[in-house]
Amino acid sequence: MPSKTRSKKRIDYRILEHELVPQHRVLSFEEAVEVLKRLGVKPHQLPRISINDPVVRLLGAKPGDIIEIKRRSPTAGEATYYRIVVVF
Amino acid sequence: MVYIGEDREDYIIKSIVMRMLPPREINKMARVTITRPELYESDGSPVPGGPRDPHFGAIEPGEICPVCGNTREHCPGHFGRLELARPVIVPYYSDHIYYMLQATCRVCGRLLLPQEKIDRYKIILKKLKKRWPLLAEAFLKEVRKEAAATMECPHCKSRQFKIRYIRPILFYEERPEGETRLTPIDIRERLEAIRDDELELLGMDPEKNRPEWAVISTLPVPPLAVRPPITLETGLKSEDDLTHALVEIIRQNKRLSNLIESSAPETMIEDAWLALQFVIAAYIDNELPNIYPLTHKSQRMMKTLAQRLKGKEGRLRGNLSGKRVNFSSRTVISPDPNIGINEVGVPVEVAKVLTFPMRVTPYNIEEARRYVLNGPYKWPGATFVYKKRTGKQIDLRFQRNYKQLAESLEVGDIVERHMIDGDVVLFNRQPSLHRMSILAHKVRVMPYKTFRLNPLVCPPYNADFDGDEMNLHLMRSQEARAEAEELLLVEKHIRTPRYGGPIIGGRQDYVSGAYLLTVKNRLLTEKEVIDLLGAAGYKGELPEPAILAPRKLWTGKQIVSLFLPDDFNYTGRAKINSGPLACDSIDCLHDSYIAINRGKLLIGVFDKAAIGAEVPENVLHKIALEYGDAKARELLDTMYKMFIRMLDLRGLTISLSDIDIPREAREEIQKLIREAKTEIEKLISDYRAGRLEPIPGRTLEETLEQKIIGRLNSLFSEAGKTATKYMDPFNDVFVMAKTGARGSEVNITQMVALLGQQVVRGKRVSRGFRTRTLAHFKPGDLSPEAKGFVKGNFRYGLRPTEVFFHAAAGREGLVDTAVKTSQSGYMQRRLMNAEQDLYVAYDGTVRDSYGHLVQVRYGEDGADPMATYHGKAVNVDRLIEMYGEIRESTNHR
Ligand SMILES: [Mg+2]
Ligand SMILES: [Zn+2]
Ligand SMILES: [Zn+2]
Ligand SMILES: [Zn+2]
Repeated sequence: MPSKTRSKKRIDYRILEHELVPQHRVLSFEEAVEVLKRLGVKPHQLPRISINDPVVRLLGAKPGDIIEIKRRSPTAGEATYYRIVVVF
Repeated sequence: MVYIGEDREDYIIKSIVMRMLPPREINKMARVTITRPELYESDGSPVPGGPRDPHFGAIEPGEICPVCGNTREHCPGHFGRLELARPVIVPYYSDHIYYMLQATCRVCGRLLLPQEKIDRYKIILKKLKKRWPLLAEAFLKEVRKEAAATMECPHCKSRQFKIRYIRPILFYEERPEGETRLTPIDIRERLEAIRDDELELLGMDPEKNRPEWAVISTLPVPPLAVRPPITLETGLKSEDDLTHALVEIIRQNKRLSNLIESSAPETMIEDAWLALQFVIAAYIDNELPNIYPLTHKSQRMMKTLAQRLKGKEGRLRGNLSGKRVNFSSRTVISPDPNIGINEVGVPVEVAKVLTFPMRVTPYNIEEARRYVLNGPYKWPGATFVYKKRTGKQIDLRFQRNYKQLAESLEVGDIVERHMIDGDVVLFNRQPSLHRMSILAHKVRVMPYKTFRLNPLVCPPYNADFDGDEMNLHLMRSQEARAEAEELLLVEKHIRTPRYGGPIIGGRQDYVSGAYLLTVKNRLLTEKEVIDLLGAAGYKGELPEPAILAPRKLWTGKQIVSLFLPDDFNYTGRAKINSGPLACDSIDCLHDSYIAINRGKLLIGVFDKAAIGAEVPENVLHKIALEYGDAKARELLDTMYKMFIRMLDLRGLTISLSDIDIPREAREEIQKLIREAKTEIEKLISDYRAGRLEPIPGRTLEETLEQKIIGRLNSLFSEAGKTATKYMDPFNDVFVMAKTGARGSEVNITQMVALLGQQVVRGKRVSRGFRTRTLAHFKPGDLSPEAKGFVKGNFRYGLRPTEVFFHAAAGREGLVDTAVKTSQSGYMQRRLMNAEQDLYVAYDGTVRDSYGHLVQVRYGEDGADPMATYHGKAVNVDRLIEMYGEIRESTNHR
């Protein structure tokens, strides 16, 4: 890749514990397949998340991985979102 | 006129390809070559080879086109061309030219990357394009950056130089011997050298485009139909701005070719060439930076190609998004509480112009004949008849014998009949901020010249009757009509998706009327009951009177209960439930807690909190949700009419005496003011003496301000309470404020007691003179009076300084609203444009028009806000209330 995908700067792992940072989790291949099937989407139809996102870097996710994000929701209590890791 | 689905082929556009116009196409399109700038000969005929050459297409009435042989009705217009003496850059392509020049070798034209990289990037690009078009774009940008940074060609090893680009058309190369301008000829040579297979890594599809097409040596000249000349009443011809611009281009081109032919010095040729560049740039977009815009003799800017498309009045926003329509009408609206909420009153004059194409069938042929018999001027009549047999259309305005025409009607003919009662129309008020701004109504044709609207339907349109105008559109086909009726009918929008509450409902008089009808002491005679029920159109039996002797009397609650569903349960606070009337018990003595059991209003008054618009979870809302919109509409068309009728019976009016309170009350208020004043004087003297303790985190000045404001606020509310204490509870001003019909406690206090603190920029008034607000006060005066506190009231009047402070605060309010509406309006527009294509798919996900996922479930809980109790998808308390109490009362039997 011609881009500087990852900056060398270290990230403070404590951001994961910050109350405004929702819980992120990298899905296993099997889980990812199940999620895509359930949502009826192809990977490129998912919302994206940059590989340079601080949480993604801490999780060590690779391009193409699917991240599950659990957010607090005023309507549903907890809402699950899925994002696919991309390069830029 | 051709009707949809009849004698018409439908073509479907599958795709549109956007690309640069290849020189080959320009030449192929051209039907004439332009050589002269003159428009007309001295005899007025167009100059051959000029911008008005007849080969550009027929434009005059009766003119025959020399190219296609058609008259102007059928000639599509034809392009011409202008051979440029030297090539020229097309301004909007020059950004692309810039990065192409940067990323390719100035000698061999190859992409400035090593061969292996080129090969690898091509594969990556192919993969990205298939699935991640946005990423492909980002990738190309990176490739471009990398190539542009290479200063030595990896292929031919020649040295590269930095390119400087001055928008829109100038390119310079920073060579070691000095900066040199790249002429369009140089640029075209370099672009021609770029290889097709490397073009895609530069973001260009070689199947559609070649980069050198961005430099043109033939200018396409648009047909006359695109730039029609207009004849003024004086008989003088006036040419379109585009024609003027073209004349300028031709002149400049001619000058350049003359210079070249006479082998003038190269500097002169260069200057003329550059001038030609600029005119052509201005012809394409007259607002480009760093060019000399084309102007008329009067210095007015010419409207060239880009100006036709851009902006609010441009082709896109003005003519495509903002198309004007036929069969529509606009006039002032006025209220008519006697028509249904689903109806709209339409003036006869309008009904005679907006017509519906009615297909004649065996079932309606007699009806159709009646319309034709009435002719075009008598309502309900008809304006046209289309005969199926002959395909002819007959204009009834030029027809004497309506009787004969009516008899000749056959099944299959179409009668263009007037608008009649029951026709479905769309009704709209600007600004159309939400979907309830356009609703379907059923027509009631009426005399006089305004559209009539049931005042209950004001809230969704945000309409009032102080001169508001509204637009009306007749649905011209059965499909459109059915769709509008099913989806847009007023009753289907009683509930709003905006906040899960009723947006249609009582306001103002409806609220006062409902209160006065259902209030505890309202006892109605038989005559009054019949009058009220008659207004509502009630057809059933009278209920048993609440009081039998000495004469029969009914309570208002009894009458209202006749309209509520038999199994409807409800408990909740009334609007009057506050202050001394606050109470949360079913045994409320103040009648401020509403309890409805099995459709009987047992206790509590109906006011804004029960029957009002925009009050979620009130009686109206729950009926609409649980018994359907049709039931809610029925209530609005019957029960609500009684509320208005109640006011007719009792009367509702205000006068000075309503805001007058007894002398002792006024003295009490004066005493309160004096007390507050003394306390504040003490605060100020404490502050001056340094005895004031600052509140943590505040300066001494802030502390003083806060304490003064706090004391003045408590004075205001105490004065208000004192004033209302002395007011008659059936004082009409008081009734309206209490029930939420109009006005508030603050308004009453300001009228009868005092205006209170005037606020400018969120603070007590502090500006004006250097150390004081007005010259009436001593410098540095911190007292309430000197800082905008108004002791006077509207009943007894204000002092001059008080008027000034009141005006200052009032002006700020006006400015704020003006600024806020424009800013929030623009924000809304941007949000709407960003979100308008999102939809909830059948699987419950939210998608955009590409099918990309936006939300896994709509709103995260998948609930339709329109079907909720104020956003709550499930309301357990309500379920218990609905079913629990019914069981309880069944057990009682
Ligand atoms: Mg108005
Ligand atoms: Zn023609
Ligand atoms: Zn080279
Ligand atoms: Zn009570």
